[in-house]
Amino acid sequence: MKVDRRSFLGLGLGAVAGVVVSPVGLKLTDDSSIWTQNWPWTPVPVDGEVSYDSSVCNLCPGNCGISVRKIADRPVKIEGLAGYPINDGGACLHGIAGLQYLYDPARVKTPLIKKGDKFEKISWEDAITLVAGKLANIRKGGAPQKLACITDKTQGSVPKLFDRFLTAFGSPNLYTMPSLESCLELTAQTLHGNGNTLGFDLENSDFILSFGAGLIEGWGSPVSCFKANASRKKRGAKLYQIEPRLSNTAACADKWIPIKPGTEADLALGICAVMIKNNQFNSSTFKDGFNRFAIMVRNKYAPAKVAGICGIKVADIEKIAGQFVMAKRPLAIPGRGRGRNGQSLKEFAAVHTLNCLVGNLNQRGGAFVMAKNDYLSFPEAILDGVAEVGAGQEKLAGSVDEFVTKLNAAGKPIVDALFVYNANPCYSLNEPKRVKQAFKKVPFVVSFSSFLDETAMEADVILPMNTFLERTEDVPSQAGLTKNVVGLIRPVLKPVFDTKDPGDALIFLARALGGSIAQNFDWETYADCLGDVTAGIWDSLSENGHVLVPPKPFKEFFEGPPDVDFTFLATNPSTVQAQGDFGLTLIPIDNMRLLGAMPADSPFAIKTVSDKVLIGKDIVVEINPQTARGLKDGGDALLTTPVGAARVKVNFNEGIMPGVLGMVRGLGHTFDNKFVSNKGVNVNDLIGPQIESGSGLDAAFGIKAKISKV
Amino acid sequence: MSKIENKAENGSGEGVEKGTADDPKDDKGLGLGVIFFMVAFLVCFLSGWLLFPKLLYSKKEQPFNFDHKLHVAEVGDCETCHFLREDGTFSGLPSMESCLECHTDEPMGETKDEAIFAREYVAKEKEVPWLVYSKQPDCVFFSHAAHINGAGMDCITCHGPIGESTTSRPYEENRITGYSRDIWGKNIWGIKKHSWDRMKMDDCAVCHKKETGQQGYCFQCHK
Repeated sequence: MKVDRRSFLGLGLGAVAGVVVSPVGLKLTDDSSIWTQNWPWTPVPVDGEVSYDSSVCNLCPGNCGISVRKIADRPVKIEGLAGYPINDGGACLHGIAGLQYLYDPARVKTPLIKKGDKFEKISWEDAITLVAGKLANIRKGGAPQKLACITDKTQGSVPKLFDRFLTAFGSPNLYTMPSLESCLELTAQTLHGNGNTLGFDLENSDFILSFGAGLIEGWGSPVSCFKANASRKKRGAKLYQIEPRLSNTAACADKWIPIKPGTEADLALGICAVMIKNNQFNSSTFKDGFNRFAIMVRNKYAPAKVAGICGIKVADIEKIAGQFVMAKRPLAIPGRGRGRNGQSLKEFAAVHTLNCLVGNLNQRGGAFVMAKNDYLSFPEAILDGVAEVGAGQEKLAGSVDEFVTKLNAAGKPIVDALFVYNANPCYSLNEPKRVKQAFKKVPFVVSFSSFLDETAMEADVILPMNTFLERTEDVPSQAGLTKNVVGLIRPVLKPVFDTKDPGDALIFLARALGGSIAQNFDWETYADCLGDVTAGIWDSLSENGHVLVPPKPFKEFFEGPPDVDFTFLATNPSTVQAQGDFGLTLIPIDNMRLLGAMPADSPFAIKTVSDKVLIGKDIVVEINPQTARGLKDGGDALLTTPVGAARVKVNFNEGIMPGVLGMVRGLGHTFDNKFVSNKGVNVNDLIGPQIESGSGLDAAFGIKAKISKV
Repeated sequence: MSKIENKAENGSGEGVEKGTADDPKDDKGLGLGVIFFMVAFLVCFLSGWLLFPKLLYSKKEQPFNFDHKLHVAEVGDCETCHFLREDGTFSGLPSMESCLECHTDEPMGETKDEAIFAREYVAKEKEVPWLVYSKQPDCVFFSHAAHINGAGMDCITCHGPIGESTTSRPYEENRITGYSRDIWGKNIWGIKKHSWDRMKMDDCAVCHKKETGQQGYCFQCHK
């Protein structure tokens, strides 16, 4: 017998046949199909018991109640909290994507210190010791006012703790970022006296005259506004939207009234002139300056003149005035877009004056003049000698924009240390490069931030904060609501990284400084502090997650309409004009899908932005075809303003007035987050600040611009 | 010079002549081929049947032995530990929290397994990393509530008489899929004697067809 080819052939065939009839083939096919459908490297969420935690969303001033669905104690979904007085189960796209912020690539995971151009990790103890050392040196120098602080808001115990820290330290230099809330407070203060703010009863008004307020673009408390807008048809309520661009709000309004950018105050005063001329106003609560105001509007804001300024017909002004007066529950609301950036006190006051004239103050469906929240009772601040010196000093500026301007103008540092909490001025103030320059002039910047954003990048030390899902905090409703709701943010999980509640960080720092500053922060933890300072409502707040103050219907609560003081408007303060000489006007557009500055958008939100706003990495600028000579729809162009230039894509849109360019606000971030940054342009880079005299607000509604094909 | 080249030089006619299949004297070659075929067939077939499963599955021991019989005798039923939650989801294996409803870090009995449990897990506040014999791939949705409450089925139909076991058998993990051998079944041919011998999709379908008249739709389980 000889082993030959055929033997080997037999061997091979036998092996194949043996394998084929064995279970190997069938089993391997099955296993490989299971393997390919369940890649072992694909993360699979753990299974476990489902539970729900209630808390409050703090991504915008809306402060909606949220219900966080958890599996095995791990948060997996955010939904609107049913029955919550502000949003009653509703939620916006930013709220539902809130969990992404926990694991955001730009999160600050541990305290950081800047060495050269880079940040290095440092322990909490070392970071606090370092900051306390620098602060102690400032106090030793006898000029405690040289510590300044920028926060996002004034209401709630955390901003109050920053305020308390500065008071105990001896500095009056606390500044807040521009917001609808601060504009409303300033307006209420100007027209009705100190300690007040304004709310608008949108859900009961039957005629809303909106001066550019983006009711479905994030104005006020967004979900509450969505609901009020959605119920208009059922209630038979009308909405007239006055703005240069057919925004989503304008598109769903009963009437869109396009006017030239920045002329909202003129139109409001023009309508006032018509109402006064026709004697259609209720003067029972007018206190000071009404006669002077009436003469001023008759002379300066006659409809014929206003029509020219605003670019509308005289008849339209008279018609709007007539309809406003004839409505049963009319309401005028100020605040272009979100009502946050580039707002003017004159405009707010002029629009609110319509409410005062028509007599809807503290009436159902009208404007509410409300006392500011006063549920917090801190122990009286203890000041040592150094703090007393600082307390006598003047504040450096009236607003954060003015503060930045002064920092830049000074030859040598006028501030030795700067705290920034929950704010991103190096992105969201106009012309951020000047803000970065100003920051560079401050020898020591401490950022209390959850994210390594544009402002945190400029800091010398970053103290990482818990996100709203990891912290405890009281959040009073504001945002133009007529309800006074104090919500309680409760941690739904343990901090993912080595981060702290802002209140705890301040207590830690105060303790390290010792002396009277530590005495002012004599709490073991921020949670203890919160229980103490909200003692009057704490039981109810901690049990229900929110407190409605006052719980009674408004008619029983408010004692008649408040007085109105016209002296500010009677002087006819000057209206801010767009900077520059170019032929077109660039205006920023607030878009519900983009949060803007603090925090930056979630990866989810960025993905929802339409290609009429962002194409790939290119921002899209809206222009009326009439103005777009030489440009191609969808083509590239160079947009130039007196402050900067940017390459953009062009979108022909007949829904924007000729002569106006619209660019969305909230894109063009530059920090390290591959999902959110380097997409489009930051419109603030193209707009310079225009400080309004009298209010100190940056009232730049836009800027002159030109656009050319590239 | 190689052998092949040598052959070429000497002429290959001889080889061709001897190797023709028509020559009855050359049947031995074919016979050997058949033998080789048979041997290879047998070796591969038996390997595929007997050796392949041993290579495919790795054996793992549970953290410690668990005596189901003892626990069932103590608590009375399956549902005390493996219960449906209020929202209808199934608790699966009990968490440490459930165990501590009866146990403490002091062993209740004298077995060495309970001593491991108390020392390594209760005292250290760690969950026991049980290996789950019946864990289905993650692309499968299965509702215990629909089967227990809706169809009135008992645990044994799918899980077998595990309540009567006194020790934990080794967990055999499929090296390719990472899932337990219990899903395919102990029998590598996929042949089953009892309803609980296999937990593949076809086994679901057979029962569904029998009980409801149809196999069901893909998306009912593959969400």
